[in-house]
Amino acid sequence: MASSCAPRGNVTTLNKFSLLGSSWSKTVFPIGTEMASFKPTKVQVYPKLGEKVTQDTLYWKNYKAPVQIKEFGAITNIDVSPVAPHNFAVTAFTRIHIYGAFSQEPVKTYTRFKDTAYCGRFRADGQLLVAGCEDSVVRLFDVSGKVALRMFKGHTKAVHVTDFTSDRYQILTGSDDYTCRLWDMPNTTELNRYQEHTDYIRCGVTSKLNRDLFITGSYDHTLKVFDARMEKSVMTMDHGHPVESLLLYPSEGLLVSAGGRYVKIWDLLKGGQPLVSLKNHHKTVTSLCLSSNGQRLLSGSLDRHVKVYSTTNYKVVHNFDYAASILSLALAPDDESIVVGMTNGILSMKHRKNPEDSKEVIQQRRRPSYRFFVKGKNYVPKQDDYLVSKPVKQHLAKYDKQLKKFNVSQALDTALETWVRFRKPEVMVAVIKELDRRGTLKNALAGRDEQGLSQLLNFLVGNLVDPRFAPVLVTTAEMILDIYQSVIGQSPVVDRQLLRLQDLLEREIDYQQELLEVLGMLDTMFASSLPRKQVPCSAVSRSNGLAQREAGTQLPAT
Amino acid sequence: MVEHGDVRVVHRGGSKINFREPVISNDSSFLLCASGDCVKVFSTATEECVHDLRGHSGLVTGVRLRPSNHLQVYSCSLDGTVRLWDFTDGILIKTYVIGYPIYSIYTSANHEGVIFIVTAKSDQGSELFQLVAVQLRQCAEQVVEAREFSAVLPDVTSKPAAIDFGRGGEYIASVKAQQLEVFFFKKQKSYRFFLREDNKKGGKNTFTCVVCHPKDDCIATGHEDGKIRLWRNFNQKKEYTYSTMHWHHGAVGSLCFTPEGTNLLSGGVESVLVQWRYNQESEKDFLPRLGAAITHIVVSPDGALFCTSHSDNKITIIQSCVKVSAVIQGLVNGDGVRTDLMVDPHSKAMVLNGKPGHLQFYSLQRDKLLYNLDIVQQEYIHEEGLQQFEVVKAAFTSSGDWLATVEERQQKAADLELNLKLWAFDEQTQSFVLNTTISAPHEARITAMCFCHAAGSQTTMLVSTSKDGHFKAWQLAEAAHTQDEGSSSSWSCDFVGSYHGLVPESCCFSADGSLLAVSFQEVVTVWSPSSWELLTTLSQPPGAIRHLCFGRLSCSKYLLGATDNSLLCCWNLLTCSLEWSTAMATSLLLVDPLSENIAAFCYQAGSTDLFVFKPNEPRPLFSQKAVCSGKVNRAVFAPREEMLESCEESSQWLNRSQLYFLTPYMDLMTFSTKAEEDKLMASSKQLVIDDSIAMTPFSLLLGKHRQQQENQDPLSVLSAERSPLPQGSAAIKELLQTPAHVLPSTSFLCSLFVQSLLISVTDSREEDKHVEEEMESDKENSDEEMESGTSRPEGGSVVDQYVHAADRPLTKAQIREVRRVKKLDQGWMSNILDT
Repeated sequence: MASSCAPRGNVTTLNKFSLLGSSWSKTVFPIGTEMASFKPTKVQVYPKLGEKVTQDTLYWKNYKAPVQIKEFGAITNIDVSPVAPHNFAVTAFTRIHIYGAFSQEPVKTYTRFKDTAYCGRFRADGQLLVAGCEDSVVRLFDVSGKVALRMFKGHTKAVHVTDFTSDRYQILTGSDDYTCRLWDMPNTTELNRYQEHTDYIRCGVTSKLNRDLFITGSYDHTLKVFDARMEKSVMTMDHGHPVESLLLYPSEGLLVSAGGRYVKIWDLLKGGQPLVSLKNHHKTVTSLCLSSNGQRLLSGSLDRHVKVYSTTNYKVVHNFDYAASILSLALAPDDESIVVGMTNGILSMKHRKNPEDSKEVIQQRRRPSYRFFVKGKNYVPKQDDYLVSKPVKQHLAKYDKQLKKFNVSQALDTALETWVRFRKPEVMVAVIKELDRRGTLKNALAGRDEQGLSQLLNFLVGNLVDPRFAPVLVTTAEMILDIYQSVIGQSPVVDRQLLRLQDLLEREIDYQQELLEVLGMLDTMFASSLPRKQVPCSAVSRSNGLAQREAGTQLPAT
Repeated sequence: MVEHGDVRVVHRGGSKINFREPVISNDSSFLLCASGDCVKVFSTATEECVHDLRGHSGLVTGVRLRPSNHLQVYSCSLDGTVRLWDFTDGILIKTYVIGYPIYSIYTSANHEGVIFIVTAKSDQGSELFQLVAVQLRQCAEQVVEAREFSAVLPDVTSKPAAIDFGRGGEYIASVKAQQLEVFFFKKQKSYRFFLREDNKKGGKNTFTCVVCHPKDDCIATGHEDGKIRLWRNFNQKKEYTYSTMHWHHGAVGSLCFTPEGTNLLSGGVESVLVQWRYNQESEKDFLPRLGAAITHIVVSPDGALFCTSHSDNKITIIQSCVKVSAVIQGLVNGDGVRTDLMVDPHSKAMVLNGKPGHLQFYSLQRDKLLYNLDIVQQEYIHEEGLQQFEVVKAAFTSSGDWLATVEERQQKAADLELNLKLWAFDEQTQSFVLNTTISAPHEARITAMCFCHAAGSQTTMLVSTSKDGHFKAWQLAEAAHTQDEGSSSSWSCDFVGSYHGLVPESCCFSADGSLLAVSFQEVVTVWSPSSWELLTTLSQPPGAIRHLCFGRLSCSKYLLGATDNSLLCCWNLLTCSLEWSTAMATSLLLVDPLSENIAAFCYQAGSTDLFVFKPNEPRPLFSQKAVCSGKVNRAVFAPREEMLESCEESSQWLNRSQLYFLTPYMDLMTFSTKAEEDKLMASSKQLVIDDSIAMTPFSLLLGKHRQQQENQDPLSVLSAERSPLPQGSAAIKELLQTPAHVLPSTSFLCSLFVQSLLISVTDSREEDKHVEEEMESDKENSDEEMESGTSRPEGGSVVDQYVHAADRPLTKAQIREVRRVKKLDQGWMSNILDT
């Protein structure tokens, strides 16, 4: 009988609305003051949609505009030097570039690769750099030199994984020949070889706490934990998808793996028990990274997004958009900069805004002297002075000025301009509403040239299906079609816009229909699941009927 | 039914002040306008009403200054009389009985002792009017029968703006439909000029008003299509010319030349006052946004003040076309009252919708508009045929802290636009501040809205019912989590209820707020607002229920409902059964918030009857047949400021609150008891001030102050122990107030005067000693008895004696002497006058 459902309609709260002259304690000229001023168009405040402003968004938005550097090919790996000045080793195509923290030009370049280089990584002291290559040779460089110090030959296929063990004297490599090996650095000998994976090994990580432990991930969907002292892997976990990236928490109790669209967290101390599976990307996740304080986890994906997760509840707290699919991702210490490498060879570096920089800019502006402001303010009129009060000038928005003059077309134009500049559809919608109220919307819409019309259509395409604006904009669209139907086919620009509009509407109709279907389904489900409640009606209506008979009317109760 | 003699329906304020054009007195200090059956005199400086010139028994249809005496004014009325008033004192001087209803009046300085009136041609055919000159006889009587009529123009309209006198009263111009007629008094000849019915562009050529230039032979006419034509050379049939000026896009409502003829003022539906330079028509000045369509424009004789009447019952006084200096606002009742009548609990003002998009707060006690609250907050476009937002519903909480308003706008093709706004009362500014705007609260029109009345409950709740078949409960939600944003609290929807898809028509909360009754066509559903449970349903078919109300105080167990097939039902909520029902075509059911009484207005056979009853008593407390003709749809119980102590049974229901209602013709009426009227009469007598000072509150205040001072004087004299000057004595007063030229010579009076002074001084000295003795004895008394209270009356009597003693010498022979002298002299004066 009684259905309680969610309240409909927009509820807007306005803080303080000053009402000119409506206080009755000063009833001297309330009506007079009210009359003289033009009431500006009210731009409705709509409840805010989309993401809320949190501490995280503020933190992650506090970066400067990105520095973009074009590399020769897809950037497969980025590694930050563990020692100051925290240079980046960027592996792209057949080269490894070392970039300084703020330089746009590479500090150093390693070009002695015969084929595509992979996985350039720094040693913990930042002195040595190791990199794999398509030609199966692993090369070790000194950061100051150019020529490889050592070359480790033994793999039969491309080496995609290289890393230093924590004792600094061994190197881990993983290759497309399904093997991972440990090498002794000084005499370039192979110490261990594990051939347990059944597909390419594309990621691996060494423990920072234990010199013998390392983990590899492979395209055979498994992660394997190896101990150099053992012959076989000590732990195997099934990720379910080809594993693209691995990350160990600083405590090394938790392991993060990325593969397919999933990011999975494993508890190593519980024998590799899966903790969480995150599915926030809609394409393969390619890279992982941990913020400097360990509170946030970042993942980059081929869907061109970098997502920031909280490591306490594994919810997405922020999201970065990039222009191309992301292959590699790195954070400088203290989150000073975010470096992202993409498939199109563009390296994007975002540096954190310096709090001092913004302050300096403000201080540079010269201020008028204090005396200028105080001038005349403290003047007290003498007894015989005649006070001429200056009328307070009302500030009006540009479109309001036009509306005041009844220039309806110009008012619409200025509103459209503000939309183009600030992307605030509320203003435009408010002006359209006001024109409609004045009965002059048709006049304002008519008589436009190709450019004006296409701009208007552009606005409609952008906002027509927004449920907040739809009631107003649908009538506007109808009016436009009515007015300009005679000129359809004369301008290719306008025709294209109209086709877009048609497309949009068709999609919207389909969408609405689907929604209605879902609602219908939900209704039947609710109806069948809710217990039937007896309303105490029968007794009441009986007594009612009795009363009626007494009162002398003969009609039965409902 | 018994008719009660001592309670009668009286007209209570709120009548139109924009019906006819106002008149500004020659010194620009007073403004006179016709208002219902009386003429109101306003002060142009303070906007206060100074006098009501009462006397007409019909609608006053015109006010004109008497050209030969600028302190006197003629007024004409539909009751067939023309009255001459002294408006500074508010005295009726003469009544001329014409015998026919008069529609407007004109005077001209050139025609001494003649007034021109517009009357219907014959008593039956009221469509035709004629302008008649009436010769006013000089005679001493109060009531004069005017008999000397002479028709001037046989075919005119009844609109006063359609006739005007030309330069110095040489000719008279009249417009009707598409015809301008100019009649020259000297030649006794009239010329007629016609315009074609429709010109090429389809604009309407119909004349709306005419005005003649005061110094030049030029006639300005306003037209339906917004054009103004200036006619010249109209003293011949052929070679007349006219020039056209066009700014207005609607009809020209009024035209007026400034006294020197340098400017022409025009106004219309755009509510913009346009000032045209005479002979330089391209130059115009504008005064925009005057609030409502301009119906009349008047300029003061010195040209300093402009005065415009507006369609929203308002008169604006403008200083030299730049500044609005005063606004005299009457009760706005334009097209109809959409909201209910309400009483604002804070200001005790009656609240209803007024100007478009506003709520007006109208003080019933002072008969004055307090303020307008802008609900819609949008620029009002003055154009005919536009659908604009209108306030259709409003409701107050019982404490007056919250106001809910509903505004709607229905366009022909588009959806209904609805806004529900909630306003919080701000103590600091003593006004309402917008708190929450809910756009589209319902999908269809809101039919009823009410607040929960419970005084003690923590939550404030509003229930709105709508044609979309739902009723919604809105609740004030304390927004604790958004404290950092600064907004304290806002309203949100708490519950949506419906009953078998029926349309809810009305809703009502019980007095304690524990029950909510919502009527769905024939069914009344009773809900519990705390749990939103449907408690019971009551019904009494056939007939949908239109009005619902709970009883108050001792009758709170009763629920009353009025159906649209003339049945009034009373249910007992304890037994959930019908207590009683009666056949009654109730148009309005109203609960007195301060007592158990319920008023029911019943519409029967073209007129409305009133019944006042208690739900638990079989006999009505009061009933009156034919309260007014037509259906009463709006009424309110306004609490009285002080309770009446009427013991008569029939008028007891008026003790706590007063019942006001609006007739279909938008007249505000009320019920008044005999005791109340007596009291009013007494107070109005007290208020009479003999001086010709405008009776402003300030002067009243000062007057009271002075009276107090006078009362205190004798006491202060006593404390100073000084001999009093015999100012207070009547004889001296008379002496001083008699004009000097009628008094006998000073040498004659001086000796008398000095003598009187001498005597009084010796007398008072004796008295002084006497007083001192008395005082000493008083002291002794008080020492003995330790109680000063008993001695005081003695002291007071002593003072009385003392004052009398001071007067005594003058009340004897001297006064008689002075009076005799005065009388003699006046006789002498009158002799001179007679000769």
